[in-house]
Amino acid sequence: MNIDKRKMSRLLTGSVVPLMFLIISIIAIPLSHYTGGYLLDQVVTRLVRNSFLVLALLLPVMAGMGINFGMVLGAMAGQIGLIFITDWGVKGAPGLLLAAIIATPIAMVLGYFGGIVLNRAKGREMITSMMLGLFIAGIYQFFLLYLCGSIVPFKNAGILLSRGYGVRNAINLDVAKGFDNILLLKLGTVSLPLATFAIIGLICVFTLWFKKTKLGQDMRAVGQEMHVSSTAGIDVEKTRIQSIVISTVLACYGQIIYLQNIGTLNTYNGADQAALFAAAALLVGGATVSKATIPNAIIGTALFHLMFIVMPIAGKTITGSAMLGEYFRMFISYGVVTLALVLHSWKRQKDKDNDRMSLRGVTEVAPIKSI
Amino acid sequence: MVAVNGFIKDFGWPRIIIGLFLLALFIAAPFFGVRLDTSLNDVIVRFGMSAIMVLSMVPMIQSGCGLNFGVPVGLVAGMMGAVVSLEFNLTGMPGVALAIVIGLIVAAVFGFFYGVLLNHVKGDEMIIATYVGFSFVFFMNMMWLILPFKNPASVQGFKGEGLRVTISVEEYWYHQISDIFKITFSKYLTVPTGMLIAFAIMAFLVWLFFKTKTGTAVTAVGSNPDFARASGISIDKMRIISVMLSTMIAAVGMVVYQQSFGFIQMYNSPLAFVFPSVAAILLGGASVNKASISNVIIGTLLFQGILTMTPSVINSAISIDVSEIIRIIVTNGLIVYALTRKAR
Repeated sequence: MNIDKRKMSRLLTGSVVPLMFLIISIIAIPLSHYTGGYLLDQVVTRLVRNSFLVLALLLPVMAGMGINFGMVLGAMAGQIGLIFITDWGVKGAPGLLLAAIIATPIAMVLGYFGGIVLNRAKGREMITSMMLGLFIAGIYQFFLLYLCGSIVPFKNAGILLSRGYGVRNAINLDVAKGFDNILLLKLGTVSLPLATFAIIGLICVFTLWFKKTKLGQDMRAVGQEMHVSSTAGIDVEKTRIQSIVISTVLACYGQIIYLQNIGTLNTYNGADQAALFAAAALLVGGATVSKATIPNAIIGTALFHLMFIVMPIAGKTITGSAMLGEYFRMFISYGVVTLALVLHSWKRQKDKDNDRMSLRGVTEVAPIKSI
Repeated sequence: MVAVNGFIKDFGWPRIIIGLFLLALFIAAPFFGVRLDTSLNDVIVRFGMSAIMVLSMVPMIQSGCGLNFGVPVGLVAGMMGAVVSLEFNLTGMPGVALAIVIGLIVAAVFGFFYGVLLNHVKGDEMIIATYVGFSFVFFMNMMWLILPFKNPASVQGFKGEGLRVTISVEEYWYHQISDIFKITFSKYLTVPTGMLIAFAIMAFLVWLFFKTKTGTAVTAVGSNPDFARASGISIDKMRIISVMLSTMIAAVGMVVYQQSFGFIQMYNSPLAFVFPSVAAILLGGASVNKASISNVIIGTLLFQGILTMTPSVINSAISIDVSEIIRIIVTNGLIVYALTRKAR
């Protein structure tokens, strides 16, 4: 009996978030009056846009550092790359590749810095990475608003503010749909940008391969138990930094893919929300702070954005107020991250209490024999 | 030299740098045509407006719950108190008193549940508190639209339902607390004595609380949970008390802020107070698990000083508005610094 109960509770805590989302979406879809074709097309678009960013979160989770809210560092690096190639007027897929090449070293430096900072804040990586993101956002703004066009030369006055220096708030990207249009397949109302999907597939393969390498295994070990890994000869600090560097670089590519699909760059506010929505999507897919897989990321992205599409209209139908739907959407985005974090932490604390009880010899709390 | 090094270590580099920076700003101010008395007035007023919110950090830090990134839970209670008080159409002192009382009651309820939640997530309080704060604000945003508020001053004019984004308290209880015993030195310098007294009373009560048996127990839980458990203190109960206290102080802080500002800012406004309040107490020398009243006073003065002086002085000096960015970098940089310091 005990086993059943524990298994059930594990299954429930593992899937309560995705189930909740599925139920909300199933209720909201008919209320939104969208056709199936439109919804499918929208979900495919969102998958193209967002799944790379969500996949960027996987490695730090594996290395035991929780959700890397510091992925906005990478997103900002990607945006800087895009701003430069827009200034130089490089178009299409080559432009995007060039942007990625420019942004990679920036993302690596930022990621390295982030890794060092997070090593000094063990046990509270998530809050620190979030604050770090906000801190670097300040420096990013300073760079773009005051240094670009004054110290850093820009030749295209169109992307500068009218005062002569500082980048505009919104930039139209010449490289819009650069990857999407390479191999675009139309199936009725649904358009499938195969090239972008191929890139996303590539990163999935990379992640799978990486888990099998020495470094990947080290990361898993560090994620399981830092002290044991350290005695086993793994350089814990270095491994953790590497996981953050890779995550930041991937987030940088993810942001470039995201922006080429959208087509306009929101210079100063664009990156802030990237981590929130990516984290929410990952957690909606059933991932926890200590375990996340590729299916979690893909399913989560689809489910989360399905809700994102239908909720405002559904909210309007139910209550007659568009604002209410909008607030509900934001509440759900933050709420789901809260819920997933709470469930995970709650479970961990319960495990710890059980361990303590079993040390005392109290067996009814942790029936180890029955396993 | 050793003494100097010890002092620097005690005081912390960020505090020294920012303190010197602020001093430099005050010295430079007259040369750029910025009136010193105006600046001083602004610093004092803003100190009064935000000090109680910063004070609300103390109980939770002391009980080991970390920095209260979930301060919006208390601020929302203060907003609730204010709008409910407006429903009764009370003006003057009774109005603001009712706002505080209702705010306290609502905050006690919210704080209890918030505390219970935080008890289940020991070790991850800060990140979860941040997200609880955010999601709670958006949840309450829906409530502000749905709840049946009737006072025409507070509901949206064209629909007659749903609260406005900013509600003026000009005709109700504007400056009711600030103007008690106010001292007017000149046209540009008025000391809002009442607000400072309000802060002094709150700070005294918090100080007194930590002298009582319960208060000592709360501190014990924060400094050494295992020891506290061994000596028979209920950790969970003490933590709930500290969270409730923090939430209630934040609610009072919000009402005091509103009466000085003249408007009740609804909807997303509580989110704007989170990081500045946390940064202020850290600037005052608090760490993630230790804070005192003097941290609150020093920190709020320094932080609000920077916030007031940078726009006026730097903008007049180099005619570029970098104050917003300085604010972002200082606020978030301080929090990152505090989080990365080796604790315990």
